[in-house]
Amino acid sequence: MMGFWEILLSLGDKLTAHIVLSASAIGLGIIVALPLAVWASRSQTVSRIALGFASLVQTIPALALLALFFPILLSLRAVFGEDLPTLGFLPALLALALYALLPILRNAVTAQANLDPGILEAADGVGMTGWQKLTLVEAPLSAPFIMAGIRTASVWTIGAATLSTTIGQPGLGDPIFAGLQTQNWNLVLAGCFASAALALVVDLLLGLIERGLANRSRWQYGIGLGIVAAGLAISLYASFADRDENAVVIGSKQFSESLILSRLIGQQLEAAGYSVEYRDGLGSAVVHNAVASSNIDISVDYTGTVWTNELKRTDNPGREAMYEGIVTWERENTGIHVLGRLGFENAYAFAMRADRAAEFDAVTLEDLLPVANQLSVGGDPEFFERPEWIAVRDAYGLKFGETRNFSPTFMYNALKSGEADVISAYTSDGRIAADRLVILEDPREALPSYDAMLMVSPEAAKDKALLETLEPLMGAINVEIMREANFSVDREGEGKVSPESAARTLAEKIGL
Amino acid sequence: MVNTLVEPSGGRVLFGGEDVTSLKQSTLRRRVGYVFQGIGLFPHFRVGENIAIGPRLAGEKLPAQRIAELLTLVELEPEMASRMPDELSGGQRQRVGVARALAGDPELLLMDEPFGALDPITRDALGERVRELHEELGLTTVMVTHDMAEALLLADRVLVMDAGHLVADETPQSLLAGNGGDIAQSLVAVPREQAEKLAAMEDSIAERAKAKKQAKQGPSS
Repeated sequence: MMGFWEILLSLGDKLTAHIVLSASAIGLGIIVALPLAVWASRSQTVSRIALGFASLVQTIPALALLALFFPILLSLRAVFGEDLPTLGFLPALLALALYALLPILRNAVTAQANLDPGILEAADGVGMTGWQKLTLVEAPLSAPFIMAGIRTASVWTIGAATLSTTIGQPGLGDPIFAGLQTQNWNLVLAGCFASAALALVVDLLLGLIERGLANRSRWQYGIGLGIVAAGLAISLYASFADRDENAVVIGSKQFSESLILSRLIGQQLEAAGYSVEYRDGLGSAVVHNAVASSNIDISVDYTGTVWTNELKRTDNPGREAMYEGIVTWERENTGIHVLGRLGFENAYAFAMRADRAAEFDAVTLEDLLPVANQLSVGGDPEFFERPEWIAVRDAYGLKFGETRNFSPTFMYNALKSGEADVISAYTSDGRIAADRLVILEDPREALPSYDAMLMVSPEAAKDKALLETLEPLMGAINVEIMREANFSVDREGEGKVSPESAARTLAEKIGL
Repeated sequence: MVNTLVEPSGGRVLFGGEDVTSLKQSTLRRRVGYVFQGIGLFPHFRVGENIAIGPRLAGEKLPAQRIAELLTLVELEPEMASRMPDELSGGQRQRVGVARALAGDPELLLMDEPFGALDPITRDALGERVRELHEELGLTTVMVTHDMAEALLLADRVLVMDAGHLVADETPQSLLAGNGGDIAQSLVAVPREQAEKLAAMEDSIAERAKAKKQAKQGPSS
């Protein structure tokens, strides 16, 4: 396990990406907010609408706002064509810029409203045109207040930008999310520390500029501006110099298995001479769409997930028919090339602590029916929205007393501590064996099968050598090996390893 | 209304024979020096820059020598040009306000209660100075005031407005002689009565002093 400082020092490229994203978002926010503020200062209606809208945006959780831009951009492709990116930088930029709008706009409008009326009368009296009044009087007198708004917006944006990890934009959120998934607290701490330090430094510099503007001290805001500009220039240079256009982009979802498999694929490709980039911690729907649009080249997905989410099917035709159906459907509808199955299933299953299961004599889901209303069920953040849950609920008529969302790693802790009685576990999860959990049987076959399959984007599928490099992975991983690898990452204390080293161990075991 | 900061709801204001609403606003305002109660110095400009703003808007640079001259005209030190407005007293600021109004060699000096916010001594001194400048520079000056004494002492011609209507148009001499109607006379009565009361007070003080003196002298003689 890498130590805190070691991790911190390795975050250079995440930091530069974070700076470039935050600065662009704040810049865009300023470009939109300032003219809007000028307009608002001349019209009550505009002022009310603009401030109302900006406040409304603030009430949307940053994570939701970021996610919302995916469908928005997807629908905008009808106008701007298929090249419009729906993941990564663009949606992150737009969402964060919207978020930065309010403090800048509000401060600018307030500053204008609070200008001394005598000074404005004098400006008219000496014969200034509207533009001269704005540039010579209103702007310089409002500048310190506007700067204070930009300062607030910057601190918010730098914080919120950590969430852009979830829509595939690299930044300081990457170590935070990866650390949360694998319970590697050094990773989480390093990410939080770096983003907090960045926010503090930026706050300090912008504060210097703000005071310089208020005291009309040229050197004060000159130094502030100079350092900010230099920092930006270095970050821009570094992030563009780093960029490798030919890198194969591998996407992973928000759980350890997905991370391990992405590293396994990445290591396999790197050994064959490819350069690789990772987009970690993405949502299920986001990953599938990203592969379809070739924003991501490779991901591992599961038959049941694609069957219900993408094909919108609620029936259960059996394991083989489902896989064949998906391969055909993807080829005909999205252009995604399903290279094959990895060999194991990671199905949803309901798990209980052995002692609790014994208490209720629970062997199958049916056994829970009489007591379900006294039980609390825990699921990952997307589970209770998923068709699988709805299928199980309707097939058995299950009504739990309480439903709670946990991140996948915390779900098992919740089960241990009794905060949840039943959880939606995954069959390949190492903690099932380690925690001696009981998996409830599904006699009505409401839960579909979840074969892990390797999905290749339409663009990447043109590269025959790439497909050949990945061929040895097909059917190579059985569920025991996968559980072991998962547990080595998820466990606490001695023996806990990073997804990278778990992937190496896994590769050795399957003879790569 | 003269410099169209307020649009007239009826009637016309003629400036050099032309309706002010027909002139280009910014040009008109540069031809009219404007001084008002709020003073309105630009706090982020130095005194000199404040004075030079009118010509600057017209695209000219006012030479430092001319700024010094204008400061001298309003009885300020030329060195004050490099100070910021918030370092000045209220009276000094309004002097700068007058200098700013004069900087563009205006055809008309428009003063809207210019001394309203100043202490009486500053107010009196600045009023006198403006009157002198009016003579020296051959200006046309329009001044709005609520203080009839100020009007009577400074003006050549006093127009009395009541509820938006002109009720008197007289010279100060004529007003003091009792012309101009009831409203004008009731306004003239205020400073006159004040002056009479003050004179009476002074008289009684003088008499008491005299009596005291006599009383002191009485027994000894």
